[in-house]
Amino acid sequence: MATQETTWRRDRTGLGVWPHQGKVAITGWGHSPVDRRWDGVTMDTILGAYAILAVRRALDDAGVKPEEVDGLLCCPDNMAGFNVAGPAGQWGPFRPYFPPPYDSEDGISIVTNKWLLSQMPELSNVTYTADDVPAIGEGMGYAAQACAEGKYQVGVYVYTANNLEGRYRRGGDNAEDHARGARQWSTPWGAAGGQDALPLQGYCHKYGVEWDDMMAPVIINEHRNGLMKQESDLEGWSFYYQNGASGLTVEDYINSRPTFWPIKIWDCDRPINAVGAFVFTTAERARDMKQKPIYVMNHNQGNTARTRSSQITCDEQEVANAMAAQMAYEGSGWTPRDVDIFNPYDGYSWFLPFFLEAFGWHGVGYGEARDFFNGDISVEGPHPFCSGGGNLGNGRTRTSMYIDSIQQLRGTAGSRQVNVKAETAICAFAPFTSSAYLCLSNVPS
Amino acid sequence: MPKMIPVPDDLSKPFWDAVNERKLMVQSCNDCPTLQYPPRPRCQDCNSENLGWKETSGKGHISTFMVSTDTRLQRRVPDQPFNIALISLDDDPRINFYSNLPGVPVREVPVGAAVEVIFEEVAPGQLIHEWKLVE
Repeated sequence: MATQETTWRRDRTGLGVWPHQGKVAITGWGHSPVDRRWDGVTMDTILGAYAILAVRRALDDAGVKPEEVDGLLCCPDNMAGFNVAGPAGQWGPFRPYFPPPYDSEDGISIVTNKWLLSQMPELSNVTYTADDVPAIGEGMGYAAQACAEGKYQVGVYVYTANNLEGRYRRGGDNAEDHARGARQWSTPWGAAGGQDALPLQGYCHKYGVEWDDMMAPVIINEHRNGLMKQESDLEGWSFYYQNGASGLTVEDYINSRPTFWPIKIWDCDRPINAVGAFVFTTAERARDMKQKPIYVMNHNQGNTARTRSSQITCDEQEVANAMAAQMAYEGSGWTPRDVDIFNPYDGYSWFLPFFLEAFGWHGVGYGEARDFFNGDISVEGPHPFCSGGGNLGNGRTRTSMYIDSIQQLRGTAGSRQVNVKAETAICAFAPFTSSAYLCLSNVPS
Repeated sequence: MPKMIPVPDDLSKPFWDAVNERKLMVQSCNDCPTLQYPPRPRCQDCNSENLGWKETSGKGHISTFMVSTDTRLQRRVPDQPFNIALISLDDDPRINFYSNLPGVPVREVPVGAAVEVIFEEVAPGQLIHEWKLVE
C-alpha cells in the first residue's frame, strides 16, 4: 500500500475552523446495485463494472459531462480481501482471473484510478489522480481538501466495497496455532474481533441498562429507514431494499444468532459488493450545476484512542469519542444544537450509544442513549437519528450516511425526508475511535 | 481447550519467562510510578525507555464479559461457546487482561467478583496467565 501523504489531515484538536469552509461542494452522487457477493461469474456485476456505473450515475446526478471531470480519486483500499493489513485478510478459495480488463485483481476486488480511466475513455480530461486515497471516512475529507487546494475543479471520489465467495479473515494468522506480535496479548483468550464491543458491555454495567432493551429500537429503526427509498433511488443503495426485505422486528433481533454474545447477527452490518461515487467541485463551479450544492464545512481524520492496556474500556471509549466530537465541532464552528442531521457510523450497532452521547446530539447526555432510542427516533418525529438507515439498514456500503445527508439537505429524501430543519449534517464512516467525521451544510456559511 | 500459543519477542520475553515460572509481571517505569501491560518500548506516561518489571499481586476483579460464539480463530472453534472476560488488576485497575474464566459456566460470569491469577499450559513448556474466581 502506498504511503499516504499526511499534511492534509485534520487529525487533532486545536486546528480551528477549516479554512476552506464552504469553498467545496458535493454536487452529485451515484451508486451501483448492492449485491450480497459477486458471484464469480457475472461480469457486469463485478466491482469494476459497478464503479463505472456509479461514476456515470454520479455525473448524471450532478449534470456534469464526463469531459468536465479533471480529478479522479479511487480508493484502492476496501474492507476485506486484497490489501487488508496482515495475512488474516487473506480471502478463502482460489479465484481465477478472466480476459482483460479482469485479468488481475484490479477491477475485481479493487478499482484503481488507472483501471477506471482505461475503461472510461470519456473521462478524457482528468489531470489529477491520487493513488493513496483512503477509505470513505477519511477519503471524503481527502477529496474535499484536494479540491479546496486547487488540485482539481470537478472530481469524483469512488469507494468500492467488495464481498466475494467465502468468509474473510478466517485465513492467515487466524488459522494458525501461534500468536505473534500484538496478537500474543489477545488471541490466546479468543479475542480476535468481537471483543471490541466490551466497552458497550461495560457501558451497560456502568449505566444499568440492558443491551437488547437499548439496541433493539435503534436497530429496528435503522432497517426501517433503509427500506424507505423512492423510485429515483433506483436499487436504493440498499441490499435490503433491492431484495424486497420486509423489515426487522424486535423479536427477529432478540432471537437472532449470537455472534459474540450479546452481539447478535443484526448488530452487525451485512457485507455486500457495491460501489458509490461522489462528485466534488469548487463552490464556484457548483453554483450553476444541476443540483443544490451541499457544502463541506469541515472534515477530520485520525484516531483518538488512548488505550492504556489490553482492551479499551468504556471510560476510554467515551473520552476518545468525545475528542472526535470536539474536533468536528471545532472544525465546523458548530455546537450540538447546530446539527440537524446526524448520521454517525453504525457498522456495528454498539458504536451508536457512544457516538450519540459524545456528540450530545439533541441534548443526549452520558447514559441517556437507552431512553433516547426508546423514544421517537423515526424520520417523521422530532429526533430522526441515523435517518439514512446506515450500514445496518442498507448493508456495509459505508455510503448511506453520506447519501442520506446529501438527500436530506437537498430536500430530496422522499418518504425519508425529515420533518425537522435540515440545513446541516454530520456524517461518517468513523468506526471505534476514529475521528473521520464530515460536516455538511446546504448554505456555505 | 487448545488456546493459541504466544510467541515471545525481545520485548515480551521477560514477561513470558516469568509466566513460565508462574509469576504475573507487568512493566514498571523506573522514572515514574507507571505500571503497564502489555509491555511497550516506552513508558506511556513519561516516555522513558528506562523500564523494568514488577511482580503483581495476581489479584483482580471482573469488569465485564462477552461470549464467543463465532470466532475467526480456527484453533478456538471447537471450544465455543466460551466466555471472554475483562479483568482489571487490583495493583492498578487501569491495567486489564482477557480471561476465559475456566470453570465459570458460559454467560454466568459474576461481574465485579474477585479473581486471582492461575497459569495454564498451552504447549509443552509454555504457560499463559488465566484467572479464576476467589472462593
